[in-house]
Amino acid sequence: MLHRFDSFLASRRRFLQVSAGFGVSLMLPALEGRAAERRGAERATSLITLWMNGGPSQLETWDPHPGTVIGGPTRAIDTSVPGLQIAADLPRMAERMKHLSVIRSLTSKEGDHERGTYFVKTGYRPDPTVTHPAIGAVVPYQLGTDHLEIPAYVSLGGGEWPGRGGYLGDQHDAFRIFEPGNSIQNLRARVSDKRQERRLSGLDVVSQTFRAQRQVQAERSLHGQTIDKALRMMSSEQLEAFEVDQESEATLQRYGDSSFGRGCLVARRLIETGVRSVEVTLSGFDSHANNFETQTARCEQLDPAFASLLDDLRERDLYDSTIILCLGEFGRTPRINGLEGRDHWPGGFSCVVGGGGLKSGQVIGATDPEGEQTSPVDPVPVQNLYATILQQLNIDPAEELITPIGRPLAICEGSLIPKLLVDAG
Amino acid sequence: MRKLALFTMLVGTAALFWLVWTTAFPPIQATVKANENASGGEPVREWEISVRTNEHLSTLWEREGLTAAEEADELTLLRRLSLALHGTIPSLEEIRRFESDGRDSRLDRWCVEMLEDPRFADYFSERIARTFVGTQQQPFLVFRRDRFKAWLSEQLKENRPYNEMVAAMIADQGLWTGTPSTNFITHSVVDEQVDEETLAGKTVRAVLGQRIDCAECHDHPFADWKQSDFRGLAAFYGQVKLSPFGVEDDPKRGYVLTENDESVEFEPRVPFGEEWQPDGETSRKQLAGWCTHAENRRFARATVNRVWALMFGKAWSQGAPYFTAVDDLPDPEPRVAGEPPETLLDLLADDFVEHGYDLRRLIRVIAASDAFRRSSRSSVEDDRELMRQVEHWAVFPLVRLRPVQVVGSILQASSIKTIDQNAALFTRVIRFVRENDFLREYGDLGDSELEERSGTIPQALLRMNGKLVQETTEPNPFTAPPRVTFAAADPETLIETCYLICLTRRPEPQEAEFFLARWSDDDAPRPVARTQDLFWTLYNSPEFSWNH
Repeated sequence: MLHRFDSFLASRRRFLQVSAGFGVSLMLPALEGRAAERRGAERATSLITLWMNGGPSQLETWDPHPGTVIGGPTRAIDTSVPGLQIAADLPRMAERMKHLSVIRSLTSKEGDHERGTYFVKTGYRPDPTVTHPAIGAVVPYQLGTDHLEIPAYVSLGGGEWPGRGGYLGDQHDAFRIFEPGNSIQNLRARVSDKRQERRLSGLDVVSQTFRAQRQVQAERSLHGQTIDKALRMMSSEQLEAFEVDQESEATLQRYGDSSFGRGCLVARRLIETGVRSVEVTLSGFDSHANNFETQTARCEQLDPAFASLLDDLRERDLYDSTIILCLGEFGRTPRINGLEGRDHWPGGFSCVVGGGGLKSGQVIGATDPEGEQTSPVDPVPVQNLYATILQQLNIDPAEELITPIGRPLAICEGSLIPKLLVDAG
Repeated sequence: MRKLALFTMLVGTAALFWLVWTTAFPPIQATVKANENASGGEPVREWEISVRTNEHLSTLWEREGLTAAEEADELTLLRRLSLALHGTIPSLEEIRRFESDGRDSRLDRWCVEMLEDPRFADYFSERIARTFVGTQQQPFLVFRRDRFKAWLSEQLKENRPYNEMVAAMIADQGLWTGTPSTNFITHSVVDEQVDEETLAGKTVRAVLGQRIDCAECHDHPFADWKQSDFRGLAAFYGQVKLSPFGVEDDPKRGYVLTENDESVEFEPRVPFGEEWQPDGETSRKQLAGWCTHAENRRFARATVNRVWALMFGKAWSQGAPYFTAVDDLPDPEPRVAGEPPETLLDLLADDFVEHGYDLRRLIRVIAASDAFRRSSRSSVEDDRELMRQVEHWAVFPLVRLRPVQVVGSILQASSIKTIDQNAALFTRVIRFVRENDFLREYGDLGDSELEERSGTIPQALLRMNGKLVQETTEPNPFTAPPRVTFAAADPETLIETCYLICLTRRPEPQEAEFFLARWSDDDAPRPVARTQDLFWTLYNSPEFSWNH
């Protein structure tokens, strides 16, 4: 397969020559080594969120109730954790559940897609007076991103509401890649290097004129720095992480021939390069009608991609430094409606979490097999999940950040889930 | 028969060519409208309030020991007005017309005409819609944002007093399609029920320019709002019910909350100024009357602050002495009878009330103020001193353009003619599609569009390498670069035209020298490509995407 990255390497060299010519401020850092080559305590920690957009059915994934009225036709299979069964549509994941924990009692109060997404991505309910940052944005913000020339927070595969930087600023929004594995949008100059050089040298002259007698205000605008960063990214070798061309056909097949599969593969490559936070979206879970076919079709994409991601992280010794979390904005009703569908259910839904040194091979919480109880056993508010994840990533969840209007807000208001922490025994 | 077919084909081709050519190359009229050369006519500047505004500013600057920046040149002011009122930079056609307008006070007159242009109503109605209902399109069936915005646009075209517009939004009854003002109520609907808390919070923020939302759950930590105040206000919306006839008020209904398994009904109650609350009719009409009462200074202050924000890109309250967001104003200071208002905000708010809540007048007054007309250049070198100048409006602030202004400006710059209601349908459709595509990638700030935001790398990449900039500068009959290239007599004229189109100014000597030298060097690509490169350069300059 032709390697498209050759042109990037060439353009990087060319770009360095060009930028030296007209004084664009570029201090390119040394290229980052692969994370797998770094070991020990200094190794960066990261978060991968597999976002099940639309609200996956817990009953057709991690919390099946076969043989009950609410269970529908979904079958359950044994897993590598004794006593734990998950839906039969996830056979590869069933083999790997010993590396993960299942939480079957997540709770939220938001039953609307947009509000639910906001809550589950930030740990805060929507508040008209402040926009909270997604946890995915908080992680790189708190951990730092030395030597990274590409964004530290990446969202792969679309979705209507990718993670936002909120009050941390738009520069902390997730960098969106709509078609993982394909060329990234807007990263290549539309003209030859020579013309690009002419354009940039002209830009320098126009910018200098604008700065005259506006120096302080213009510097505070950060316009020049943003352009510099964009140019640096355009010529960075780290962009290779977004490409899947170098992967073997077998690897591509293993992850599955889907946008989500390629997204998970790119997520692995990004983590290897030092990206702190990646969100991969799988859409289409909103099964108000034909729930069972809809959920099965999604699981066919989720199962190989998630399982392969897990395998690769473990194989590359990245699993202990990477937390992987799979969840959506809410679950679906135990009751099956007249269209063979399930509606929104924020009262007790499931997620799967593992890696990063979290305890694995266990189930937390339970839902009522008859579907009559609206509250699950051992309920876990979403913010508790995030408090635990942040703590494990060496971020103090109680630390207060200051919003632009000077309001101190805790990163996360949840409390720790002892069962997920190894020390708790 | 074959001759006939050939003839038909030739005629058809010619007609198509004519259509494309006239769309792409409409005649550019550098002349002014028939009545534009006449001086005199009715005065366009509100002299008394303008004098008082400028006196207030000069006193403030003197007291603070600040030297105000020079007055900005007219083209810069035209650009500011166009961005504020139409959301785009002025077209080359408009610049030519402006420069050949020989009337006295032409800028004041242009401000009046820009307010009468339908583009003002379209652009401002979207801004007001965002304030009241955000950018959401849901809930389906009971909420029609398009109708709401169209209704606002109609009110602005008629110059309906703003207090009446707001009262209609709070209190009107009827269907969201037939009485579109009711969409303010229905935008809050969750699970087929009106959300009184959402409406109470929105009313306080959008109408009174303050924040009460925190008091939904607990007493406000900073301001003097109590949870009981919040519930009292929310209760004004407690009678609302949705029926096949739309939004109605049922006196038997109330605002009921369940606390500790007990249902508690809260009575409508205003937190202050009980005497402003009118009697009778529905509780929503009482609330509307109270909010917009002439003595409820919060309403006029909030409106002035928001309009100021739309004119400058930055709310008056973001400067001294408040340093707060557009909808987070402190309580008004008590007034001393016979004394002039303490702040410029109060001065303008008083005038707004005295002159019938006339938005256009308010905009004209702000546009004519010495603050709006300051240059963004300052000779002050000390950082702190410069920031004090900015905080006191003694120098015009640099403010990042809102995404819709960036795309509007790129699209306008791609066309020499003004893109307005009179533009070809084809042009307007293309504009609509491209605008939406661009905004999706660039990021729309929704109802937070007046917050100070930083630029992002994806935005820089989109401006440098995105489809819109490529499509609007590539050499084809529909874009400006080839047209100005072929029309310009010499490179000097061409470079100057590009600057006027993109930056609404002529190049400085050092810029003209640089690009002229570049134009004739051996490496230069072919002529249209040179123009295309210059457009790209100007689009990516900070000057293009910042208000200055």
